[in-house]
Amino acid sequence: MSLVPKSQSRPPVAVRVSGVTKTYGAGDGRTIALKGVDFETATGELHLVIGPSGCGKTTLLSVVAGTLAWDSGDIEVLGTRLNGLPDAAMAAFRGRHIGFIFQQFNLIPTLDLTENVSVPLLLAGVGRTAAEDRARAVLERVGLGDRARRRPRDLSGGQQQRVAIARALVHEPRLIICDEPTSALDSRTGHTIMEILAGVARSPERCVIIVTHDPRTYGFADRITEMEDGRVRQVLNAQDIQNFLATHR
Amino acid sequence: MYHLALKMLVADRAKYVMLVGGLAFASLLMTQQNGVFQGLLSWTTSHMRNMRASIWVVERNVEQVNETKAMRDTDVNRVRSVTGVDFAVPLFISVLKARASDGSDKPIQLVGLHAATLIGRPPDIVRGDLEQLRLPNAVFIDELAVERLSAGRARPLDIGDTFEINDREARVVGICRTERQFFGYPYVFTTYDQALQYAPRQRKMLSIILAEPKSGLAAVDVARAIERETGLRALTVPEFSRATIDFIWRNTGIPASFLTTIILGFIVGIAVSAQTFYSFVLENLRHLGALKAMGASNSLLARLLLLQAFAVGLVGYGIGVGLTALFGFAVHPIGQPPFILDYATLTVTGVAVIVICMFAALLGILKVSRLETAIVFRA
Repeated sequence: MSLVPKSQSRPPVAVRVSGVTKTYGAGDGRTIALKGVDFETATGELHLVIGPSGCGKTTLLSVVAGTLAWDSGDIEVLGTRLNGLPDAAMAAFRGRHIGFIFQQFNLIPTLDLTENVSVPLLLAGVGRTAAEDRARAVLERVGLGDRARRRPRDLSGGQQQRVAIARALVHEPRLIICDEPTSALDSRTGHTIMEILAGVARSPERCVIIVTHDPRTYGFADRITEMEDGRVRQVLNAQDIQNFLATHR
Repeated sequence: MYHLALKMLVADRAKYVMLVGGLAFASLLMTQQNGVFQGLLSWTTSHMRNMRASIWVVERNVEQVNETKAMRDTDVNRVRSVTGVDFAVPLFISVLKARASDGSDKPIQLVGLHAATLIGRPPDIVRGDLEQLRLPNAVFIDELAVERLSAGRARPLDIGDTFEINDREARVVGICRTERQFFGYPYVFTTYDQALQYAPRQRKMLSIILAEPKSGLAAVDVARAIERETGLRALTVPEFSRATIDFIWRNTGIPASFLTTIILGFIVGIAVSAQTFYSFVLENLRHLGALKAMGASNSLLARLLLLQAFAVGLVGYGIGVGLTALFGFAVHPIGQPPFILDYATLTVTGVAVIVICMFAALLGILKVSRLETAIVFRA
């Protein structure tokens, strides 16, 4: 297995991270989470970030999403340089271009599925009726059209994650960021969720980045970045991944 | 997003009820106590509405309308001689004892009116002819006197009935309606000379001189002229009301007592609402973080929290004021405790509720503005 990224013809770069460092705390409690990380992903890719707990993969995901300030280095997402972007502009950028899928789903329990899914559209200024119509259509696409007026607590974990996917896709963002999307799900449901995400990543305009611990997801990836101790340990392309899976099957 | 913010608020039933309940209780306490206080204050100046005159002339050391220091009878003529005074009449007012049929003594507020003009007469005659007040031993009594002095009678005291004031007979020739006074004594009206017969004899008996300015002159200017020329104290109705209320503020614990309760209501409102709202924000912090990650700005989240805080504030205020109004309707027929719900009280309570809501929302806004969006990525 190659430890060096292979040079090959790739679609346009969606995310480029160069020499990013991030430190939490100060003094004796200081922890360096990212130690000069370089990371790159292209449109049309499903890119996994893997590694042991505490290796910095969630921190990397957070800085790429613009939800966490970093100390040094450059980040460019979908052609926009995030360095020095004011908070309001960063929030607007996230709202327009990024869809989020969280490990704990983070659906608002007091709202029904349509309302939950319509949130990104409402945040983007779409009117209530149009947002809810669109939300119902996306729920239909993930197979939950008949439960549009249910509350999240009425659904299984897999169904809730499908709602989260619908919410992440409803405003048609170009970058989907997922944090452990299958870790709270059984293997069959996790497989279904990964199939949906892989389908999303097949669009040449989009790219999906997934932070995961779950080896069952590796087979869906176009690229895997393995992190260790705040650094990128290796990057595997599609061929490397197939080789790896064949070896470890 | 605003409709979703309201839905999130209302859907958390326990917190919503707690928030609305806290604000309703605070509003009720502040409005009701303020209303009773206003009512009590109005009782302190009821003499001026029951015996109407533009200028009230009293002994120079009198501080408020419920206090009397006797003047000489000749002072009436001194006031009449002041330029600008249209007319001036004597008025006797004192607390005396009246005996009910059951033998019990009841305090009454005896008012002696100038017999020729009957100036200072009761504002609202229920039954009887005021002219008959000039007959020997004739009195007009108010409805409270009917209630109090009817003890021991088969039927309520009425026209033609008699009772005793200071062991002298008083015959009822009419019933009137008055505003209740601060000490709660019923009013009994008679003529000035008759009143002097009922009252224990003293060297000076004149309590108040009621005066009117000549047409076209301001009461306040004439009052100042009376003071200059007679050395007596002359006040217009607004001046005497203000002096009386000032006296109550300075010399009794009543305002402090009511103010303490009103402040307690405010503090309870802040404590309950701010704590509950903050706990509501904490419980929703993860969702607020998710909204922030999805592109909600701090300013939008602040507006959502303000909307939620003001929504519970409005509902709580409405319930509190509604309950206060019910209290007002309940006590109105009884006449006590005194109660006045005016726009000033509603405005002050409304402002207090707004302050409480702002404070509660501010705590949440501070928390949310410092919220690191990356919280949503932590398990």
